[in-house]
Amino acid sequence: MKIAIASGKGGTGKTTVAVNLALSADNAQLLDADVEEPNANLFLHTKFSEERKVTVYVPEINKDRCTYCGECSKFCAYNALAVVPNKVLVFADLCHSCKGCELVCPEDAVGWRNREVGMLRRGEQNGISVVEGDLNPGESQAIPVIKAVKQEINLEKTVIIDAPPGTSCPVMEAIEDSDFVILVTEPTPFGLHDLKLAVDVTRRMKLPFGVVINRYGVGDKRVELYCQQEEIPVLLKIPHETLIASLYSDGEPFVNHMPALKQDFQELLTRIKQEVSS
Amino acid sequence: MKIIVTATEKDLNAPVDPRFGRCQYFITVDSETLEFNALENNQKNAMGGAGVQAAQTVSNAKVDAVITGAVGPNAFQTLKAANVKIFTGATGTVKDAVDAFKNGSLEETDMSTVGSHHGMGGGRGRRR
Ligand code: SF4
Ligand code: SF4
Repeated sequence: MKIAIASGKGGTGKTTVAVNLALSADNAQLLDADVEEPNANLFLHTKFSEERKVTVYVPEINKDRCTYCGECSKFCAYNALAVVPNKVLVFADLCHSCKGCELVCPEDAVGWRNREVGMLRRGEQNGISVVEGDLNPGESQAIPVIKAVKQEINLEKTVIIDAPPGTSCPVMEAIEDSDFVILVTEPTPFGLHDLKLAVDVTRRMKLPFGVVINRYGVGDKRVELYCQQEEIPVLLKIPHETLIASLYSDGEPFVNHMPALKQDFQELLTRIKQEVSS
Repeated sequence: MKIIVTATEKDLNAPVDPRFGRCQYFITVDSETLEFNALENNQKNAMGGAGVQAAQTVSNAKVDAVITGAVGPNAFQTLKAANVKIFTGATGTVKDAVDAFKNGSLEETDMSTVGSHHGMGGGRGRRR
């Protein structure tokens, strides 16, 4: 079973939910696909046993063959190529590795090289396997790193995917073909606004989903009312408590210290399992 | 000399468009006869790489120089490789810019004048 944890914006407690859920499941695999800021492991403290580079293909032009005809640049939908009278300029950070330039080149002058866009790390600790994707600083190609993370999915386990915040392409890549999506929000006007955006994307992707309200007790009831009107299940309300906040700032998952909450998370998992299999 | 000025409308009285990659029009002007023609920038709403594409357009037009407000690093690199002189910081109308170019009051730029960015669909900044 694959459960993706998403939220319309950052800082709502998405990673907190992912980590605590993983710790409450037996045999969990946690995939940190929030590749711009992979922080799940700040709470899990896994020692990674494996690390490899994630690379993408970018064109390399064979100067001996190129006639500077400009076909490749005309074709490239991402504007990653410019052809001037005696040079082809490749803007690697704009390239999406579609390989179309190779197809249209009449001189067979387009070759390929690897470009590193991020790192993939794996480790195992306390029965949880952790896979972390880490996009290189300043890098814009998040999708290939997210894809690499998702290639590690082990369906024998309860797979928990910490998606990037927001509603852009990387989010869709991360939550695509999950069995269930948990949208994490806060009971505030901003939280509601971003939740609506996330609900919209998740519905369009036709994925079953439910909501977890974090810091329940701050703000107002509008998130709950909205969920009621839209018939969206509120799966869990994590109370706004000093103990939770202080555990958080110590990098400690609260389920390790608050058995009642751990039970809530276990029930949440059971409920999702039932919904997925029904 | 043949030059391209970026503009918000399609004639010589149009204001200079300070954005290079996302300008409305490219106006090609003969600096002596003031003959001109306007080309719409169909990449102005590109998700990314608008600067590269604009530089490609300028390069294809085989002009000697380009006058605009500011150019980013990718466009700058492309224009340099195409041997097009770059004049930035132009204001007023296209005609004002051509006059300023002719009397030498525009300064040629030898580095990109705006920072890199990833267009409208771009990634959010890394906060760590
Ligand atoms: S299409 Fe091929 S030959 Fe033409 S400019 Fe591009 S690389 Fe060179
Ligand atoms: S691989 Fe695709 S995106 Fe990359 S340069 Fe070639 S055509 Fe452009």
